[in-house]
This record gives sequence, C-alpha cells and structure tokens, in this order.
Amino acid sequence: MENTIQAVPQNWYLLLSTFMFCIGVMGVLLRRNAIIILMCIELMLNAVNLLLVSFSSYAGNAEGQVFVFFIMVVAAAEVAVGLALLVSIYRNIASTDIDILSKMKW
Amino acid sequence: MTQTIIQTSNLYLPTILIPLLPLLGFFINALFGKKLGHASGWIATAVLFGAFACSLFLFLNLPTGGSETITISNWFYFKNIFIPFAFLIDPLSITMLLVITGIGSLIHLYSIGYMHHDEGFSRFFSYLNLFIFFMLLLVMGNNYLIMFIGWEGVGLCSYLLIGFWFKNQAFNDAAKKAFIMNRIGDLGFIIGMFMMLFYFNSLNFDVVTIGALKLGMGNMTIIYITLFLFVGVMGKSAQLPLYTWLPDAMAGPTPVSALIHAATMVTAGIYMIARSNVLFSLAPHTLDVILIVGTATSLFAAVIGLKQNDIKKVLAYSTVSQLGLMFAALGMGAYESGMFHVVTHAFFKALLFLGAGSVIHAMGGEQDMRNMGGLGKFIKITFATFLIGTVAISGIPPFAGFFSKDEILATAFEHNKVIWGLLSFSSMLTAFYMFRLVYLTFSSSFRGTDEVKHHIHESPATMTMPLIILAACAIIAGFIGLPTIISHTHLFKNYLASVFAQSKLIMPAGHEMSHSMEWILVGTAVTLALVSIAFAYQKYVMQKHVPAADENVKGISKVVANKFYVDEIYNTVFVKPIMLLSDLFLVVVDKLIVDLLVHAIAFITNQIGRALRLLQTGHVGFYMFAMVISMIILLAVQIFVVI
Repeated sequence: MENTIQAVPQNWYLLLSTFMFCIGVMGVLLRRNAIIILMCIELMLNAVNLLLVSFSSYAGNAEGQVFVFFIMVVAAAEVAVGLALLVSIYRNIASTDIDILSKMKW
Repeated sequence: MTQTIIQTSNLYLPTILIPLLPLLGFFINALFGKKLGHASGWIATAVLFGAFACSLFLFLNLPTGGSETITISNWFYFKNIFIPFAFLIDPLSITMLLVITGIGSLIHLYSIGYMHHDEGFSRFFSYLNLFIFFMLLLVMGNNYLIMFIGWEGVGLCSYLLIGFWFKNQAFNDAAKKAFIMNRIGDLGFIIGMFMMLFYFNSLNFDVVTIGALKLGMGNMTIIYITLFLFVGVMGKSAQLPLYTWLPDAMAGPTPVSALIHAATMVTAGIYMIARSNVLFSLAPHTLDVILIVGTATSLFAAVIGLKQNDIKKVLAYSTVSQLGLMFAALGMGAYESGMFHVVTHAFFKALLFLGAGSVIHAMGGEQDMRNMGGLGKFIKITFATFLIGTVAISGIPPFAGFFSKDEILATAFEHNKVIWGLLSFSSMLTAFYMFRLVYLTFSSSFRGTDEVKHHIHESPATMTMPLIILAACAIIAGFIGLPTIISHTHLFKNYLASVFAQSKLIMPAGHEMSHSMEWILVGTAVTLALVSIAFAYQKYVMQKHVPAADENVKGISKVVANKFYVDEIYNTVFVKPIMLLSDLFLVVVDKLIVDLLVHAIAFITNQIGRALRLLQTGHVGFYMFAMVISMIILLAVQIFVVI
C-alpha cells in the first residue's frame, strides 16, 4: 500500500482541506471583486476534491478518485460559463465590483 | 330458438361490408370533402347503394327462419361477463337493413339535388354516411351494447344534422333539445342494460332471452328491465312524454327529416322492443304501459297535427302519431304488425317528407302552407307522388298504409274495443290533416307573392327519381302483408315468424277473427278515412278555407295550435326550476365557497411573496453571505440535530 498519497498522514489532508475551504469562504464573503470570488469558489471546490482523493486512497477504493476527474471536467465547464458571465457583466457596468452589481432583484 | 348452423364463409364478407361501406364514405367525405366538391354526394350515394346490394345478398342467401351470428372479434371479458363484437343476421335485422340502406340510398340521391347550392354539401354527406353507419350497427349488433353504440351514434348524428345550419341559433337550440331529450331516455336504456348484466351476466340477445325465460312470466325483474328499456325507447322514438324534440327537429334539412326523423332512427325503439320481444312478452304490465303510451301519443299528436300550418311540422306530428300506432301494436304483442307498419311507414313517410322538401325547394324555402296553394299545376311530379303518399298514410286500399294499419286496428279490436276506438279516431284525424295539407298546398290558387310564384319550378331528376321510386313502393309495399280475408299467406309475417316464435308460445294467441267481422272492420276504417277526406275537401277546397294568421286564432284552436302548451309546461316545470337551482348554486356554492377558497389561497400566497421579496436586495455580497450562513446552518442541523 505504498503510494504518494499515503506518504502523508490523513490528518494533514484534513487540516489542509479545512484551511483551503476556509480561505475560500472568507474570500467569497470579504472580497468584492467578482473574479476573486470566482477563484475562491474554485478553491472551495478543490479543497473538497483533495479531501475526496485522500479519503478514497486511504479507504482503498478508486471510485472517489475517478469521481474527482469528473468533478474537474464539470468544474472546467462551469468556470467557462462563470467567466463568460463575468465578461458580460463587465461589458454592462464596466466593473467587476459586486457592490455595483445590485440589480439582481425583483 | 331455431339456430340453423350454416357455413359462415358466404355471408361473412357482405355482412361486414354493410357497415364498413358507409364508414368508408364518411371518412372520404370528412377528410377530402372540400376537394371532392359535388362528387362527395355521389360517393356517399354509391357506398349506400353498395350496402343495399349487400343487404339484398343477405336477404336472398339467408335460409328462411335461419339466423346467423357473425363474430368480428371477442370484444372484452370482465369476470364472468363476456361481450363479443358480433353481428346477428336474422329476418328482423335484414328487414331493418333493407329499409335503412334502401330508403337511405334514395334519400342520399335526393339530397344531391336538394343540397346542391349549400356550402356545407360534403359535410352534409359525411354526416349522413356516419348516421347510416351507426344505424346499421344499431340493427346488426348481437348484443345490447353494440345496439347502444349505434343508439348513441345516431343520436349524435341527429344532433349534428338538426343543427346543420348552425348559424341559426333557433336550429342549434332544437338540436340541443333533441340531444338532451334523448339523453334522458338513454339513462333508462343504460339502467336496463346494467340490470341485465346483473341478473343475466350477459348482454347477448340469446343469453338474455334464455335467462328471462328461466325467471318466468310476470317476474318483477323483467318488468323493471323492460320498463327501463321502454324509457330509452320513449326518448328515441318520440313517445309521450319525451316527444317534444321531434317536431323541433324539423329545423334540419328536409332529407334529414325524411331519413332520421321519419324512416329510420325514430323506429329504432320499435326495433329494440321487437328484438327483445320475449322479455316484453314476459312482462304483461310493461306491455300495457306501452299500449297506453302508444295510443295516447297517437291520439295526442294527431290532434296537434290538425292545427299546424308549417308543412314539415304537420308531417312531424304525423310521424309521432304513427309511431304511437306502432307502439300500440307492440303493446298488444302484435310485433309483426308493428314491424310491418315500420316498413310501410318508412316508405310513405320518407316519400311525404321528400315531397315536402321538393315543395319547399320550389317555394324557395317557404314552409308555411298559408302562403302556398295551387302548386299542383306547377310541380306535377311532386304533386302526384305526394298524393300517393297521402293516400297511403290515410289508409285507403290498396296503398301500403292500409294493410299495415288495418292489421293493427284488427288486433286492437280483438284486444280492447276502447283502444280500437281511439286508434280508429286517430287514423281518421290522420286522414283529415294529411288531406288538409294536400289541399292547402296543391289545390285552389296561389296565395304567396308574385316573386315566389315566378320562382316555382319542378325539382331536378335526382330529386324526382327517388320520389317516383318511393311512390311505387308506397303503392305496392302493402302486398307483402295481405290480410287473411284476401290471402292466407302473409309474406311478411311468415318471414319474421322465426324471430317471434318464442313470444307466440308465451302469449295466448288470439282466436282467429271471423271473416265477416274483419270485412266490417275494414269497411269501417275505410269509410272513416273517406269521410274525413270528404270533410277536408269540403272545408279546404269547396269553401277555400285558409287557416287564420297566428294572432287571430282563438279558444280551443289556439291551445291546439300552440301544441297544448306542452313546451311551455315543460319549461315551467323542469327547465325554470333547474335554471333557478343553477343560479342558486352559482351564488352559494360557486361564488361563496369555491371562489372564496381559491381567492383566499391566492391572497395568502401573494402576501407571503410580498413579505419575502424584501429579502432579495439585489446585493450579490448579501446573497453570498446568505448562502454561506445557510450552508453552516445545514451542516449544524446535519451534525447536531438529525444524528
């Protein structure tokens, strides 16, 4: 069962993931630049991915790792959509500041 | 029951072709009618002649007294109930088939001329074909359910054709009236069928007959079943108290009146009773009810007919009256006589209606006899054929109506002298109002405007040909049922003998009437008819009496002219209370309860929405904050609450 993932103890993965996720959450809550927010969301996503890979490896089950590949593919598509939305927003309000973007209501 | 087993192969094809040909005609006319134009009329007529040829083939190839069931498919099983989709071919259904397809094809031919200028030409023929299809199902089915399909189908086609000129609201109302009146009757039919299913586990004619025979004479179950069936018959065959739709049904084009409301559909009730003759023979009380209703209808409609001025209305009431006469015959157990009158009546009444149509055609749509007069000079063929029909319905020998009517009257004389008296009186009235119609329409001088007079012309050959053929039939059709005083072979009775054999065993046969007595009866009937004809002649030809305008009619005549106010009474007793009830329901149930509930739900939802939308500030930062907080809450719930 010697492999690179298990070279590191599982607790560390947990700590790293939690740390990354919290950075992502804080970024989403505190920053106002829409591009940064998008990046932070990606960070949260990848924190979860990392956790999934480590758990899958320690559990000796490859399904989790396969699943992560799918998540990454979908995330790539999602990023494309998100960036496209951002471009569109920028063209409209000439800014990516979310505080200026206040028309998303009834 | 003599069930002759014969080879199925030679009758199978013509049997299924008979209903399929009109159905094919319907589809062709309904789908491609617009493109076909006037060809659609010829197609519709051709398929009917085809069906008539098939019916003739059956007539010639079915051995005397035989009957054959032709199963198309096993329709459905349900528990121990089995309903096949099968046709029963026996003398009774063949008689009806010949009448329907024979007269039907002549009326189709006539319609080509009559409807020539109508914009709905092909629509008309598609309806007519569909009607014939359902009518054929009605008389061919070997169980009550198939009969019921036809029963409802002809009701639908009757509705469509009465309201054929749907731009006129009065015609639409007449169509709805016919439909609703029939629906009341159909409820009776349905209940009767359910009772049969409950007690006999089948709707097949033969199984029901055997089951009924097991229950025996005068059993209450059979009495109820037959009474409910008779309610259905009252609606379809326009008997008291459900007859009011038939006179209004004259709103439809005249060929429709001839085909549906005189020759075929309205006789479906008589066919149904004749078909279930064993059931009815086992229920003497029901037969009494039928006898009384039939006699009353016959007399009542004849009286109303005396004062009608619309040429088609007179014929409509005459039809109701004649149907009453047929039911009186059935009520006395004289099923063959009833059927015989159905056949002869189909000929001369179709002839009369088509003749009236020809008159209306000549008059450019005018139907009021007070504006006619002297038409005999202008439209000779119509006049001659119409006169033949009138003589036939009045019961003058040797025309068709005489023989069938005489048979019924003779049976009535044996059965009950009062009934005989009433029916004779009704026949006398018939002769009077029919000749009143003829004299007002065809003799003396023209009373309409010069413009109309200029327009009068004889109808085209497509219309006069059917008139001539039907007139020939109205003369000779009676000879298939000669009374015993002339000949001992009653062809019609012999032909149908196998169908009614079972009933004849149950019912005590009347003793043979002495020949002298029968001669006296015949003499009386003919004398009465001649007297009333002479009276009509004296009043309308010698004195040139013309019925007064509607507002000048007084006293009892006014009551009769207004049809004894039956429509008004029905309106007050049934329609108005129902309207009132529906108004009440509108205010109380609909407005107060249902509306309140619905509006309350809408109001609450709206208010909640108004409150909640304040959360939607439009600030993306706030949304994200809410998202994260919600995630944390969900997580907390997951960890601390659920587990």
